Amino acid sequence: MERRRFLVQGGKATALAAATGGVAWAFHDRIPSRNRTIHVKKIDFEVPGDPLLPGLALARNPDDPVQALRGALDAMGGIRRFVQPGERVTIKPNVGWDRTPEQAANTNPHLVGEMVRLCLAAGASQVIVTDHTCNDPRRTFLRSGIREAVEAAGGTILLPQEEDYVDVAIGGEVLGVWPVLRQAIYTDRFINMPITKHHRLSGCTVGMKNHYGILGGRRGALHQKIDLSIVELARFVRPTLTVVDNTRVLLRSGPQGGSLDDVERRDAVIVATDPVAADARACEFLGLSPEQVGHIAAAHAAKLGTLYYPEAGFAEVP
Amino acid sequence: MTPRRLRWVRRISQGLFLLVFSWLVLKTTFGVDLALDRSGEISLPYPVSLFLELDPLVAIATLLSSWTLYRGLLWSLVILLPTIFFGRFFCGWICPLGTINHLISELPARRGRRAGGRKGETNRYHPYQRFKYLVLLFVLAAAAMGSLQAGLLDPLCLLARSLGTVVLPTLHTAAAGLLDGVKSLGWPPLGNAAQWIYDQVAVVLLPFRRAHFHGILLLGLVFVAVLALNRLFSRFWCRGICPLGALLGLFSRFSFLGLEKDASTCTHCNRCLRACQGGDDPVPGVPWRKTECHLCLNCTAECPEGSVRFRLGPVLGDAAGAPPVPAMDVGRRAALVAVGAGLATVPLLRTGDTFSVNPDPDRIRPPGALPEEEFLARCVRCGQCMRVCPNNALHPAALEAGFEGLWTPVVIPRIGYCEPTCTLCGEVCPTGALAPLTILQKIGGAETPPSRIGTAFVDRGRCLPWAMDRPCIVCEEWCPTSPKAVHLEEVTVTDREGREVAVMRPRVDPGLCTGCGACEHACPVTDRRAIRVTAVGESRSWENQILPDRSGAPERAS
Repeated sequence: MERRRFLVQGGKATALAAATGGVAWAFHDRIPSRNRTIHVKKIDFEVPGDPLLPGLALARNPDDPVQALRGALDAMGGIRRFVQPGERVTIKPNVGWDRTPEQAANTNPHLVGEMVRLCLAAGASQVIVTDHTCNDPRRTFLRSGIREAVEAAGGTILLPQEEDYVDVAIGGEVLGVWPVLRQAIYTDRFINMPITKHHRLSGCTVGMKNHYGILGGRRGALHQKIDLSIVELARFVRPTLTVVDNTRVLLRSGPQGGSLDDVERRDAVIVATDPVAADARACEFLGLSPEQVGHIAAAHAAKLGTLYYPEAGFAEVP
Repeated sequence: MTPRRLRWVRRISQGLFLLVFSWLVLKTTFGVDLALDRSGEISLPYPVSLFLELDPLVAIATLLSSWTLYRGLLWSLVILLPTIFFGRFFCGWICPLGTINHLISELPARRGRRAGGRKGETNRYHPYQRFKYLVLLFVLAAAAMGSLQAGLLDPLCLLARSLGTVVLPTLHTAAAGLLDGVKSLGWPPLGNAAQWIYDQVAVVLLPFRRAHFHGILLLGLVFVAVLALNRLFSRFWCRGICPLGALLGLFSRFSFLGLEKDASTCTHCNRCLRACQGGDDPVPGVPWRKTECHLCLNCTAECPEGSVRFRLGPVLGDAAGAPPVPAMDVGRRAALVAVGAGLATVPLLRTGDTFSVNPDPDRIRPPGALPEEEFLARCVRCGQCMRVCPNNALHPAALEAGFEGLWTPVVIPRIGYCEPTCTLCGEVCPTGALAPLTILQKIGGAETPPSRIGTAFVDRGRCLPWAMDRPCIVCEEWCPTSPKAVHLEEVTVTDREGREVAVMRPRVDPGLCTGCGACEHACPVTDRRAIRVTAVGESRSWENQILPDRSGAPERAS
């Protein structure tokens, strides 16, 4: 072989060998790494407390639940205390199941629509209503009446898809790394709007259990340590407000229901800044005492709020 | 109008019908903008199976197998009657698979047997084109024996099935993967741009939910093969295999449209032959084959001398005196063999055990499905039910329904369960293999039973409260019936540390279970679920029952 050709070809071969080795070296990894996990210990949307105002307020109105919501909210200082102009608001009602409003498996659509309207009136730049539904989200948001109510009020529905979740290192015992809805993290205000329902394992599902709806992934596995998972989630997400729909409550066959025989009217709305107190008062509508409900007692013990709700300042609006 | 202008009309017609067909397939999905109607039902705003109802092969095959012409299949006369007078205009002007084949066939070949002038030779009539008549006779004979195999090879069913379960879902996966890849590059402007493009594409092409269908590789390979064969012979599928083309060929026997050839002006340039789609020998000097012609008009548009022209009125042979060719020259013996094979295949398949005495427990049919025998007499495997299912519950069967039921729909609850208030699969079924149901017929009322597709069974060896004394009630939580078919028994057990643990163990009430599979879908034991549905208890069957008081007797929608 000619010397010149030998050198050229040898140079090319060496360059290729170096490049191959370089790529291998650059990507070499001793432990398989999990990518794209973000570390967030707490998503806190609370407003500063006000000693002159109650921690929760309950209002009743058998004719118009919207009036009850307004009454309770006014007793808490009004919407402008919680939503400032220009803020992005995420509202998380319970939209779990392909059920009609009468079946009381999902939050009353009139209340959700009114909450959207109030936030926009307070100057919110956008109001997004979302939930990780159990049944298909298209059907669930449709049949629950929430899509129609929210869109009529000027809000936006987000039907979550795979790419709307981000893996979050929450750092709990059960909730270690878990997929969380982006819309619950990247927002300014978070309003939790549960409905009070029976649940065989947790006793009841009200506000703190409703936070499950910002989680994706294998939620069914959480039921093995349901109380702990609810408490860890309550520690992770601190809502601006918990607005509990007690206009119709589901007494049996929860959380999905189906039969109107399992539904009773209570015509009440609770608005609270203390999520534990909200759940404690609401579970009484199901005939439960908050001390008996595992996750409420555990959340109280973890100092996430008080189950002795009169201590939080309880106002009952006629 | 000049032949060249008329050819443009044909091209526009092909494009429009391909668009309409694709649009209807795209619209066979639960759109995020659907609304409830006054009775609380959700139905699609478009007649998405219209194209399948226009299909004369679907109509005739289901007529032979079920002795009824279901609902919209009367529309097929719109195609069939004009074919009798004017020939196979459907193949050349309307058929969407034909249009795709046409496009692929006409991509230029740079080398090989179809390059340049050699293409004319491959476009002459070849004996392989007779094979489609044998396919037709086979599927019609099988239909007469009660088994609808025509849907496997019917071009509209094949295309709807391939687009719906293979092409569009694969596109979805590819697009989502590409988007993910671009985003992971870590440059936000690029990621945002990719997201914007993805969103625009998604609005048109991608359904809300990414679908994953069972065993689609074979389905995809068949589709790719059909497309690839166009590079061997132009429109190989249309000329040699398509049973719908064969049927329309038979029906065009008395057509008045004829090709008049003038051998005296012909210069033998063979341009007509090179452009021919049907392989019907438009070139002067040999007989024109009416039943092969797609009426694409390429020959008349290409001829520089005006030597070939379409004329109304019977054309006997041509000016050179060549005799007319019989409509279906497959020969009596071959025809008898094809019919005999079709007749014999059905009892052969049904003598095997899977049809009757040993059905697969995973052969869970969609709600409203007719009893298996009647179901197989009607299902054309168009895949519309699978595509419209909002939960991705319906899948093309591999062998769950035996060879006879290849690609017929089955429910795989682990992937998706049957939504109690959803009735879309029966709504889109073009042949009534799935009867349309109202919500009341689906979930049952005070007096009427629900439509059951199977029964759930707890696997006590895998169920957390049963096998491992861990609390879990997810199946009960998800059970949609009122009262719940999955109910819980509270027991106190002692764990290995000696502590008392209260657990609730699920049991299934077979009298209430509809087999919807919500429990199986939600069960946290992710791979083989601890509660699983099998077909036993299905409303449509007399025999496949557990309870003594349930004799099936499917209540059919009238």
